[in-house]
Amino acid sequence: MKYLRQLTIILFISFVGEIMNQLIPLPVPAGIYGLLILLLSLSSGILKTSQIRETALFLVEIMPVMFVPAAVGLMNAENELSGMLTALIVMIPVTTTIGIAAAGLVTQFVIRRKK
Amino acid sequence: MINDFFEEALFSGAALTLLAYELGLLLKRRFRSAIFNPILIAVICVIALLKLLNIEYSSYESGAKYISYLLTPATVCLALPLYEELKLLKDNLAAVACGILSGILSGMAGVFLLCKIFRLSHTQYVTLLPKSVTTAIGMGISEELGGTVTITVAVIIITGIFGNIFADFIFSALKIKEPVAKGIALGTCSHAIGTARAMELGEAEGAMSSLAIAVAGMLTVVLAPIFSGLPL
Repeated sequence: MKYLRQLTIILFISFVGEIMNQLIPLPVPAGIYGLLILLLSLSSGILKTSQIRETALFLVEIMPVMFVPAAVGLMNAENELSGMLTALIVMIPVTTTIGIAAAGLVTQFVIRRKK
Repeated sequence: MINDFFEEALFSGAALTLLAYELGLLLKRRFRSAIFNPILIAVICVIALLKLLNIEYSSYESGAKYISYLLTPATVCLALPLYEELKLLKDNLAAVACGILSGILSGMAGVFLLCKIFRLSHTQYVTLLPKSVTTAIGMGISEELGGTVTITVAVIIITGIFGNIFADFIFSALKIKEPVAKGIALGTCSHAIGTARAMELGEAEGAMSSLAIAVAGMLTVVLAPIFSGLPL
């Protein structure tokens, strides 16, 4: 029954996250509230990692697959994207590269300065 | 007829998705190149097959949506790797905060400048502004600022896949070697799809990337309206 109990805990936290998403007027999704609830439960000792571990690791491992259906939806977005296609072809690689470079370099700089 | 089949046989969409992803994993193992990204390969294969057989997206999605259904509980579970590296976060708190903030600000400033250069409308600008955050947060921001939500979703997914594939090149070109820095960069700029790559790089990278999704998402909720007010 170990896996069932782990799944129950995870789905219950997701459910509480959804309630918060409904009640709090911010565009923060249920999953993020749930992440914070689980983190607080673990660090305060309400939950032990052994109560969720295997099921949690399984869900994290298969997470990339969960984006495939939404991405396949791009096949219907052709018309909407076509008006700004050139801009997007430049913008997505350029701004993402700038962001990754800035976040990575700044984090590394502050870490190494301390050492 | 084949549309009916896909709608009635609910496992067809889900099975097709998983098989296409397995094919992606196989190609990645065979060629060991970042371009053979399992998510990208799965998406291309599924789209090609649907087009070839004239299957509507809605027929495919009626079964495949049960895979996406697990996205909320999976996001919740990102707390576990984060919890196990909590000490790493405490030791690097200042670096993490500065890194996430500079990633968000430079990314949105880049969007602003390029929108100016390409003379895009304000609607298009706010549609693109939340492109680096996790899908659900990005949809909310786009809607609130008056953007086109469907395009925002598409751009968020492409941004995630781009980061997942190219982050390694950026890291080696700029000599970014600290695991914490890699994780923060991936999570801040390409959300959960980037985090999938961070998890492969290592436990510290994965944990920091999970954290960055949540923090960057919430900071963008606060900062995007300010950027939206800039004169285009």
